[in-house]
Parts: sequence; structure tokens; C-alpha cells
Amino acid sequence: MSVAHYIKSFTLWEFVKAHWLTLKYFFKPKATINYPFEKNPLSPRFRGEHALRRYPNGEERCIACKLCEAVCPAQAITIEAQPRDDGSRRTTRYDIDMTKCIYCGFCQEACPVDAIVEGPNFEFSTETREELIYDKAKLLENGDRWERAIAANLAADAPYR
Amino acid sequence: MTAFFQYYLGLPYGGAWFIATIAGILLIALPLMLAVAMIIYADRKIWAAMALRRGPNVVGPFGLLQSFADGLKVFLQETIIPSAANRGLFLLAPIITFTVALIVWAVVPFGPGMVLANINIGLLYVLGASSIGVYGVIISGWSSNSKYPFYSALRAAAQMVSYEVSIGFVLISVVLWAGTFNLSAIIEAQRAHIFGFINAFGFNPLLFPMAVVFFISSLAETARAPFDLTEAESELVAGYQTEYSSMSFALFWLGEYANVILMCGLNAILFWGGWLPPVDWAPLYFIPGIIWFFLKILFFFFVFSWVKATVPRYRYDQLMRLGWKIFLPLSLIWVFLVSGFLMLTRYGV
Repeated sequence: MSVAHYIKSFTLWEFVKAHWLTLKYFFKPKATINYPFEKNPLSPRFRGEHALRRYPNGEERCIACKLCEAVCPAQAITIEAQPRDDGSRRTTRYDIDMTKCIYCGFCQEACPVDAIVEGPNFEFSTETREELIYDKAKLLENGDRWERAIAANLAADAPYR
Repeated sequence: MTAFFQYYLGLPYGGAWFIATIAGILLIALPLMLAVAMIIYADRKIWAAMALRRGPNVVGPFGLLQSFADGLKVFLQETIIPSAANRGLFLLAPIITFTVALIVWAVVPFGPGMVLANINIGLLYVLGASSIGVYGVIISGWSSNSKYPFYSALRAAAQMVSYEVSIGFVLISVVLWAGTFNLSAIIEAQRAHIFGFINAFGFNPLLFPMAVVFFISSLAETARAPFDLTEAESELVAGYQTEYSSMSFALFWLGEYANVILMCGLNAILFWGGWLPPVDWAPLYFIPGIIWFFLKILFFFFVFSWVKATVPRYRYDQLMRLGWKIFLPLSLIWVFLVSGFLMLTRYGV
């Protein structure tokens, strides 16, 4: 305990310095964005809500290979498949339990036809748990709704895939 | 005001006095509640700004109505009384806190002559009434019959008692200098105190350290950061208010912030000239004293929030060390210094 230490503590030197710092921060521009009105930019690789995509002619891309179901570490995906009337192999059931999903993106990496993708949407909170168990219709609807954004993201990421 | 009611309502003196006092109480208490709502908002805004956040900005313009929305929410909640709690004391505690926070305002002078009770022992009344305030905290912690509120109540009791000791000595040095316990007279004593034109005890080199000690002690007295050990949320959930909900919770909240405003006001009154303008210069007196007083309160409240945004919470032993081993000896020595100086200069030994 030197004399300098006593002078420092009795003049509250450290406190004065700290308060000067926070006062400077008080006048700085704020880091928080006005969330519902302003949003941060998202990477093209952002892994948000799932969507099942279609080909431009309206045919669904998914060929029911079940690679996504196999790779899913959370076992959130359930697929049942059957040959369709025209003989092509299609899913009769494609469910994703969004409460199980960990948004790792393995399903879209595994997909050979870019059918299941994680889109840029992250605002899909619901009031009930049941609404978060997505079926095929919901996923296809997401695909239709977000197709333009998803296609743009895939195109932007294409050179690196 | 008594004369006003006597004249216009034709009442006898007693009736007019009664009505005038009630009107005076309402005139202080209602704006005070409004001020508390706005000051909670200001607190959150200042705190947020120093953390580079925006703070409440959705309810009303700039979020100004946030406190009222919170108040409405709390008002519509159910009052839950824990089954193990002592019902009577449990409900009494917030009432004590709130009432005590309000009664102290009776002696606070807002401007020349603008005081509800101009008693000549105003400062003693303030000390006494604010000491009762600790009962609200202790009773709430005890009657909740829950361990965290109980710890919090013990901490609050020890903390407030410790810092009231040094506050007492600080007040003695002010009273020695002003020669009175009356708050209005203490403010008057500060007129042109320094160099014949600065209206503040605080710039007096002998009293400035006491002004700092008083400010820090008032942080501890109102359990504000960095001395908010009574509601240290990382250890004690929410401290003595843990078991409270609804209006009983809101009463604690209102009382706490009314106390904070009061302490800001006391800082202004005792050391920084109360309703006097900062400098004894005639044009400044055109601005009413109450505006100066409010500006000073706002300044001190800003500093309160500023400290809250800056300083981390003290450990409990550090708190006790600061109170008993630093502030108490320091303020005691200062009482000797001030009284010795006054004996030398005023009375000529």
C-alpha cells in the first residue's frame, strides 16, 4: 500500500476513469437495431425454416431417397414413399418436427436434387407446439413462398459448393 | 394555502387548514408518482444507452408510456400470497415501504416557502423517517418465509444501518456549517457561499469530501448499484421482493424509486443549493426555484443511473468495509475538522 495507492483510492481515480468511459459510450450510436422494422443482412448460407422445392414446371423435386432422413442427427425427419400412378417414386409423407430440428443443414447437404433446403426465413414462431410439426403440404407451401429467395441464395453459393 | 381556502370557501381556520394540507399532500404525492413512472423510464433509457442499447422505445412516442404499460400489467395481475407466508405482515410490508417513502417528502422544500411542513428539525425527521423504511424490507423478507427474501432482508438491514451512521456524521457537518436543522434554512445558508456568488456547500473544500461521501452513502441507502446486494439477482432471485406480485410488488417499486428521487433531492438540498440557482446572479432568479430544484434532482438521478451502468456490484464484505472502516472514520474526522474550523473562524477561540 504505497502513497500513490492511497491517493488513487481516495480521489476515486478508477471510478472517474470508468465513468468517463461510460459517458463516452452514452453518446455513441447504438448497436441495437430496431428489430421488427430493421433487420440484419443474412448470409446466403443462412439455415432457417425448411422448404421443399419444386422444378419450374411444378413437379416436386424430392425423389424420396431418404438421405436426409438418414443423415438427420436429431431424427426430426420422417419419410414414407410409394410409386406414384405414373411410376415415379415420390414421398407420400414428409414430416419435419421443427421442435427436434437443430438446424445443422445436413439434410440440404445430403439432398442430391436440392429438394429440401433451409431457407432464409427465421420468423416462424407459433403459439402451439403442434404447429411446429411440419407436414409435406406445409413444406411445399414454404418452398413455393420462398422459391425466389432460396434460388437466389443457391445461385450466390453455387461457386463454393 | 390555508389563507386561500379561508378566504374563498369561507371556512374557519381549522377546516381551511385541513383542506389545505390535504391539497398539499395530493399536490406532492400525485406528481411524485408521475415522476417515479418517468424516472423509471429514464433509468432504463440511460442504462441502455451506456450499454449501447436503445431501451424501451415501443410504447408511446420514444417509449415514454412504457412505465404506464408496466404499471397496468402489474395492476391486472393476481396478488399471490405464499401459503407459508405471514399474511398480515406480508401485505403490510410494501405499504410501510411506500408510505415511508412518501412521508419524507413532507419536509422537502421545493422552492422558497414551497414546503408542506416547514419544521425546524426537518433533517432529523428525514433521518428518522428514512430509517423506518428499512422495516418494510425486513418485514417483507421475514414474512415471506422463504430463504432468499430472508437473506436479502438481513443484508438490507445491515447495509442501511451501516450507512446511516456515516450519513448522520455527514449531516452533522452540514448542520454545523448551516447552524440549523431546517432544510429551507440550510438552503438559504448556501446563498453566495463560495467567493460570494456560488450557491452551494459542495464547492466548499471542507465540505466537498462530505458531499461525495453523502452521495455514495445515498446510493447504499437506496440499495442502488453498486450496493444493490439486497436484490442481487444472480444470488437472491429478486431479493426481498421475490415472493411479491401484483400491486404489492408495484408498491415496493414505487417506494424504491420515490426514495431514489428523495435522495437525489437531499443531495441537491444539502450540498448543491436546493432551489437556488447555481450562481448568485440576479437574472438566474427569474427562473423559478422549483425548476432549479428539479434540474438538480434530474442531474443527480442521471449520476445515479450513470453509476449503475458503470460500477459492478460490491461484495458484501467490501460493502461493510467501505461503510465502517472508511466512511465512518472519515466522516467522524471531518466533523472534528469542520467544527474546529468553525470555532476558529466564526467564534474565535
